[in-house]
Amino acid sequence: MRLTDQEEAMLAGEFGEPRRRGLEQQIRVGRFFDAEDLVEIAQVHLMADTESLGEAGVAWLEELAAYPEEQRRVCVPTVTDPRGVDFDAYKRLGQQESWAALERRAIRAFTAMGLLMTDTCINYQTIFPPAFGEHVAFGDTGSTIYANSVCGARSNFEGGPSALAAALTGRTPRYGAHLDRRRKGTHRFVVADRPETLSDWGALGGVVGRAAGSYWTVPVLEGIEGSPTSDELKHFGAALASYGSVPLFHMIGVTPEAHDLGDVFDGPMPDPKTIGRADIDAFYEGFGLHEEGVDLVVFAAPQQSLVEMQQLAGLLKGRKISDRTTLIAATSPEIKSACDRLGLTQTIEEAGGIVLKGVCFYQMYAREIGEANGWKRLLSNSAKLVNIIAGYGYEPVLAPMDKCVDAACAGKMNR
Amino acid sequence: MSDRIVRAHVGIGAPVTATALVASDDFSARYDLDRVAGVFSRPAHKLYGESYVGRILVLNTAKGGVATAWMLYEMMSRGMAPAALLLNAANPIMAQGAALADLPFMDRFETDITAAIMTGDEVTVDPAAGMVTIRG
Repeated sequence: MRLTDQEEAMLAGEFGEPRRRGLEQQIRVGRFFDAEDLVEIAQVHLMADTESLGEAGVAWLEELAAYPEEQRRVCVPTVTDPRGVDFDAYKRLGQQESWAALERRAIRAFTAMGLLMTDTCINYQTIFPPAFGEHVAFGDTGSTIYANSVCGARSNFEGGPSALAAALTGRTPRYGAHLDRRRKGTHRFVVADRPETLSDWGALGGVVGRAAGSYWTVPVLEGIEGSPTSDELKHFGAALASYGSVPLFHMIGVTPEAHDLGDVFDGPMPDPKTIGRADIDAFYEGFGLHEEGVDLVVFAAPQQSLVEMQQLAGLLKGRKISDRTTLIAATSPEIKSACDRLGLTQTIEEAGGIVLKGVCFYQMYAREIGEANGWKRLLSNSAKLVNIIAGYGYEPVLAPMDKCVDAACAGKMNR
Repeated sequence: MSDRIVRAHVGIGAPVTATALVASDDFSARYDLDRVAGVFSRPAHKLYGESYVGRILVLNTAKGGVATAWMLYEMMSRGMAPAALLLNAANPIMAQGAALADLPFMDRFETDITAAIMTGDEVTVDPAAGMVTIRG
C-alpha cells in the first residue's frame, strides 16, 4: 500500500503506540482487500457492546486507554453504538452484576479515549448525519448501509477494532464502498407492490438480502414511487444488511446516486427480478405465528426513532399488556429523554411496557436474559431482529407494529 | 492418495494444520454460534450442534453484522476459536476480526472451497502463500 509521509511516521510510532497499532491493523486489512492507499475520514461510529467484547476485548481497550492522553485520544468525532446494559433497567431484566461491571470498565476506557458515548445505532437520525460524498468509518451494518445508500456517504462495514483504529488514525483503507467502481449496481429488483408497514419494508430488505450473494453485491431497486420515510428506509436497509451482509443499495429516483438506471450501471444491465406482495407475505409466513402465546414483544434493531415511539405510545394508550407477555422498546438515550419530556415513556409504561435506553435487544446478553425471564416465543416488527435472534434460543415471529401491540395485550397472536 | 493444493488470494495469519469442518452455509459468529459452548447454535445452520473449536472451519461467505470482528479475538483468548477460517468470499468484518485476533484467514479461492474440502480432511492453511493443502 502507498503511504503518505505522515502515515509512515505514524507507522514508525511517532504519534504513539495506539495509533501505530491501529494503522498496522488497517494495513493488514487493506492489503487483504488490495487497497492502494488510505482515505481520510470525517467521523466514526463504533460498535463495541460488552457481550461481543468479552473480558478479553475490554482488557484490550483498557490497555490502549492507559497510554498518555495525546496518544490515546481519537482524532475525529467518534460516537458509540448501543451498549450491553441499561444501568436503570438491568436488574429488572435479570442481567448480572458482572456484566454491568464489565460495561462500566468499557465506558471508562472509551471515555478516556475521547469517545462520545451516544449508545445508538440510529446516529444517522439523531446525532450527526453524514454528508453526501463524505468518507466515514461506521460500525453497525444498519448505520453503514443508511450512510452509504440514503446519505451518499462512503463507508465499509467497520467492525469495532477497525472503527477504533480509524478513530485513532483518522483514516481507513480505501477499498469496497470507498471506490466509485464498487458502488455500481450488480443486481436489479423491480418492486411491484409498495411495502406498507415498517415490517413490510424490513421484509422487502430480507427478500432482497437473501437474493444478494455477498458483501460485494449492490442491489438496485426500481418501482418505488415517491420517497419512503427515514424510518422505512431504516428498516429496509437494516434488514438488507442483516440478511445479505450488504453495505449499499440504490433506489432509483430515491437515493442520491441513482436518479436513473444509467447512473448505477456501467454497460449491460442484469435482468431484473420482480418482488411482489406474495413474496413479502411468504417472508412473514416463513416465521409462522404465535397463536398459543407470546412471551416477549420487542421493538428494537434498529433502535426506535422518536416517531416510532410516538406511534407505539399511540397504539398502547389506554390499553394493558397481558400478564403473560413482556413488551420492550429500545431507543437511544437522546430519544429516551425526549420521550420522557413528551410523555411518551409514561404512556408506554402505564400500559405495562418497558422503555430501554442506549441498548438494543440482541446486544444485551439475549440468551441469558431469555433464560432468566422464561422468554422464548418472541414477536417483533423488526425483520433484522427476527433474523438474528433465533441463534440466541428464541422462536421469533415477524408482524407489523399494530399486530405486535394487539398480541402483547392479548398474550397471544390471533390469525 | 496424494496431497491436493488449492490456491487463493493472500490471507491473514500464520500457517496451521488441523481437521476440517465444512458446510456450504454462510457464517456469522453472532448469528450462528454459542461461543461459550463452542458449538453452532442456530437451528437452521447445516453445522448445528457441531463443535468448531480447533477445526479448520470452511464456509461460503460472511453474513450478518459487525460483532464477529470483536468475537474472534474474544474466542481466541479463551482457546475456543477455530484453528482457521476459510470462506469463498470474505467481508471486511471477518478480515478485520482476523487481523486483530491473528486468526489464520483466507478467501477468494480458485474453486468453491466448500466443495474442495470435506469434513474430516486434514488441511494445511498457509495464508501468506495464498495456499491450502488437503492431505491425501
